[in-house]
Order: sequence, then C-alpha cells, then structure tokens
Amino acid sequence: MTLLDVRGLTVRTDDGRILVDDLSFTVAGGERLGLIGESGSGKSLTTLAVLGLLPDGMTSSGSVELAGTQMVGAAERSLTGVRGRDAAVVFQEPLTALDPLMRLGRQIAEPLARRTGLTGKHLRGAVHQALEQVRLPEPDRIARAFAHEVSGGQRQRVALAMALACEPKLLIADEPTTALDVSVQAEMLELIDGLVREREMAVLFVSHDLAVVSRVTDRVLVMKDGRAVEQGVVHDIVRAPRETYTRALVASARKLESALDLRSAP
Amino acid sequence: MTPVLELKDAAVRYRGTAADVVADVSLAVEAGESLALVGESGAGKTTLLRLLLGLARPTAGAVRFDGAGLNPRDREQMRRFRRSVQCVFQDPYSSLDPSRRVGAIVAEPLRSLGLDSRSTAAPKVAAALERVGLQADAVDRYPHEFSGGQRQRIAIARATVCDPRVLLADEPVSALDVTTRVKVVDLLAELKQERGLTLVMVSHDLSVVASLCERTAVLERGRIVEQGATSQVLGEPGHPYTRRLIESVPRLPV
Ligand SMILES: Nc1ncnc2c1ncn2[C@@H]1O[C@H](COP(=O)(O)OP(=O)(O)OP(=O)(O)O)[C@@H](O)[C@H]1O
Ligand SMILES: Nc1ncnc2c1ncn2[C@@H]1O[C@H](COP(=O)(O)OP(=O)(O)OP(=O)(O)O)[C@@H](O)[C@H]1O
Ligand SMILES: [Mg+2]
Ligand SMILES: [Mg+2]
Repeated sequence: MTLLDVRGLTVRTDDGRILVDDLSFTVAGGERLGLIGESGSGKSLTTLAVLGLLPDGMTSSGSVELAGTQMVGAAERSLTGVRGRDAAVVFQEPLTALDPLMRLGRQIAEPLARRTGLTGKHLRGAVHQALEQVRLPEPDRIARAFAHEVSGGQRQRVALAMALACEPKLLIADEPTTALDVSVQAEMLELIDGLVREREMAVLFVSHDLAVVSRVTDRVLVMKDGRAVEQGVVHDIVRAPRETYTRALVASARKLESALDLRSAP
Repeated sequence: MTPVLELKDAAVRYRGTAADVVADVSLAVEAGESLALVGESGAGKTTLLRLLLGLARPTAGAVRFDGAGLNPRDREQMRRFRRSVQCVFQDPYSSLDPSRRVGAIVAEPLRSLGLDSRSTAAPKVAAALERVGLQADAVDRYPHEFSGGQRQRIAIARATVCDPRVLLADEPVSALDVTTRVKVVDLLAELKQERGLTLVMVSHDLSVVASLCERTAVLERGRIVEQGATSQVLGEPGHPYTRRLIESVPRLPV
C-alpha cells in the first residue's frame, strides 16, 4: 500500500526561484527509498515539503499524500497529527532540531509519553532504553545533559532516538549518520534495517553517500538542481548509471574509495 | 624543527563529568604536515581540537603553539595565533552568525585581522566562495537560506580566505556529496601543496583522510591508541579498534 505519494511537487520562493521542480515518487509501507544528489539539489527541502514544514517565504504546489492526508496547502492543525504519528523526521543538523535549553532526556520523553502514556519511573526507563537503542554510552548522563554538552555524533543519535520513539510508519532521515564514525554508522544502519523489518517501518533516507544508501535502501532517486535525474533500484544505478550526473557521482565515489585501497594495500 | 602545535600529556575534564574525557594525549603537528584524528563518536576528537584552539583548557599537561605554552592572556601570542590558525567547526550552522550576510561572514577574518578594508576584501571573498563551488551572489544571502552542504562550504571559505598557516577542521566535508567532496579535498590538497598549509582534520571518512593526511592518530575513549604514518595506520592497523574502523567502511556494491 502506498504510504507516501508525491506528485509534481514543486517548491518555489516568493521571489520566483524554483528550488524543487516537478518531483514525483512513492514510498510503500515498509519500503525504503534513498534520496541522493548534489549539495543544494533540493533534498532537504523535499523532506520539509513532505511534512508541510517549509520555511517562510516558500510555497509548494503539486500533491503530497502522506498516509491519506494531503499535505500541500493543508491547514497547520491537520498536519500536526500526521507528524509524529505517521511520519517522524531526523533533521540534517541536529543542533537546529534540539531545544538548547531542555535536557535531552526530556526531549525524548515528550513523544514517548504522548504515544505510550507512560509516566514517572516507567517513562524514565523508556527514555533510558531509547538512548541505549542508539548505542549511546552513559545513557543516564546523556539524558541529563543539554545538547551542547554531548558530542556531534551523540546529538545525532539523540535526534534519531527521538524520531524512533514516535514509532512512525514513515521515518524521514536527512543525512542521519554524517556525524558518525563508520563503526557506529554501521550499527545505526543495522538498527534502522531491523526496525524496517520488525515494525514494517518505511524509510525516506537522504544521504550523499552512495555506499550508505545502497546499504539501507531498495530504490534510489537521484536529484540535481531540484529535479529527479534518475530513479530506480540502487544496485542497478550503481552498476550502470545512465545519466551524466549519476555517472559522475558513481565515478567520484569510486575515486574516493580507491584512495583507501592504495593506502591499505599490503 | 619546532612543531606548530603540540599536545603534551594533555587531559580534559568537563564540568560535571566524573572522569577525564581525554587523557594522556601527546601529539605534535609539524609545519606543512597534516594530521588526521579519527575515532569513535564521543571519543574526544572535537575536545582535542578545542584544546588546540585554546577554547578548552587542559586539566593536566600542556598545549604549545610554535614551541611556547598557549596562553589566551598573552596578547602578542594570541595575535600571532589568530593570524596563523583558522578553524572549521563540526556544526556549520551554529558557527555562522545567522544575522549577518554571507559576504560579511566570510570577510570576517580579513577584517578582524586588519588585513583588508571592506572593498579590498570583496574580491578575496568572491574567490574563496568560488573555490568551494558557491556562486558569487551568495554574499548577499543569509546562512539559513543555504543547504547543509552549502553552509559547510561557507565555513570552509571563511577559514581559508586569509591564507592561514594552519587549518583545524572538524568533519569539514561530512555534509558534502561525493562530487563536491572531491572538489573540496582537491582544494585542500592544493593549499597544502602550494601554500604549505598545515592541516589538522577530524574525519570519519577514511578515504578523505588517506587522500589528505600524512599522519593519523586513532582515538578511543579519550586516549590515543595508535598514531603514525597514515599508510601504516590504515594500511597495517595494529590496534583492534583501528581494524574494526577500517572493516566498517561502507563500500559500493561491485
Ligand atoms: N530558506 C531558503 N531561502 C532561499 N533558498 C533556500 C532556502 N533554503 C534552501 N535554499 C536553497 O534551495 C536549494 C536546495 O536546498 P536543500 O537544503 O534542499 O539542498 P540539499 O539537497 O539538502 O543540499 P545538502 O546536501 O547540501 O544538504 C539550495 O540551493 C539552497 O541554497
Ligand atoms: N560540555 C560538555 N560537558 C560534558 N561532557 C561533554 C561536553 N562536551 C563533550 N562532552 C563529552 O565528552 C566526550 C567527548 O566529546 P567530543 O565532542 O570531544 O567527541 P568527538 O570525538 O568529537 O565525537 P563525535 O565524533 O561524535 O563528534 C563525549 O562523551 C561527550 O558527551
Ligand atoms: Mg540537505
Ligand atoms: Mg566531534
């Protein structure tokens, strides 16, 4: 069943610049779609438009149906229910999403309490578990800390824990592992993988890393200058990219990867 | 030769933490030589950069700049330090003043060091933005009007605009797609080659580390477990943690 259906999505600024241009894609329940593309190509704006969270000075047109709700042009009131329950998001820059003045534990407790109705000791236990799930060491200290008192990668995992605490049908994750070293990254990708299987969670995964995208998603959509240049099964696109930009992308990825091979050759 | 920057048995403890966050860290950065700091999330990489920048104070040990203890109250030394050392922070958004236009943000090092007037700074700002693949009209816009990777490149433009001797960069390419990443890596390589830039870089992208840094130090839970030539450390890792790190690098399907 289609969970997210995006048709002809266009985002423009009030002064007429088109930032996302006639984009169409779907995500079915339990499916994983990767969004990849050049820096500035419109990936983050697409995720914001899907949730009806575009910044002031921008409007979207076209159609975005998320779990049956039309998100384009809908009143703010009807959108708040969808966010959290149907879709939860991990923003690209966790510092902008986390409240600097609220302890991290409380920020996770809020969505948890809303969904589960837990209170007191049980809620604290659930927060502890949510932090452990994203492999944070010293979960109790981190629960008590403020955003600036933990490392970049720890913040990113707190943001992921917050989104997962909602048990959304669709997880929208915008570069959720950029601040993580490769070993913790591998664990987070496995965690997401597991939840996709257990909960039949769908994922819209934004990343600039083709290797990461091919690890977590089935299909991928490649963006450049606000448009989709290519869409298909990840492995096909990596093996046989058709469009010029995708070919350059795969070539650059292989070039960087080879830097590692030279040095680690015995 | 005297190292440009040096940590000697340094330790840091944040207020409210029970134990040292980093301890017994000794490393030296020679002029013109680049050092990568790699390690698990939370291992203390950013903390070490903060030490080298004088933003965190060692609870034990010493931080040296050009052979002398780094002392934020020594005004003459601080002036030399600011002229020599620039940095790119891990979180670009919070390090860019949201109320200023990008042109003013990038010009800031030139202006505050007294190197340029507003008009003589302009062409340098334009060149610095162009080198990181941003268009000239970026100068009139505010940081929130850019994408994550564009903001990261604004931070790199600001840090390189005044031709620093040393660049301390915390995950400077983490938000960049591979094509843009290659461009920025090439830029840093060129600055090293042509201007003798000394680079201290935190990166979890080991291929970027391998392309740019002659030396690598591996940090685990606040301690250096391995350091040496990058080809040695990444090519024949001696420590189990380093091996695990290299094995976890996600690879493209063949
Ligand atoms: N508030 C804004 N006002 C005007 N333009 C904006 C605004 N936010 C983003 N843009 C522009 O829209 C384009 C798309 O931005 P978006 O953040 O979606 O890119 P992205 O694909 O997520 O890039 P990255 O990989 O660098 O994060 C960029 O060129 C950016 O400069
Ligand atoms: N202001 C602070 N107060 C207390 N603890 C802190 C503070 N800043 C960082 N820490 C803790 O110190 C440890 C090292 O943090 P640091 O930011 O140096 O890690 P890092 O290696 O840069 O990690 P990442 O790769 O995730 O950015 C972490 O466990 C972090 O939670
Ligand atoms: Mg983005
Ligand atoms: Mg860090």
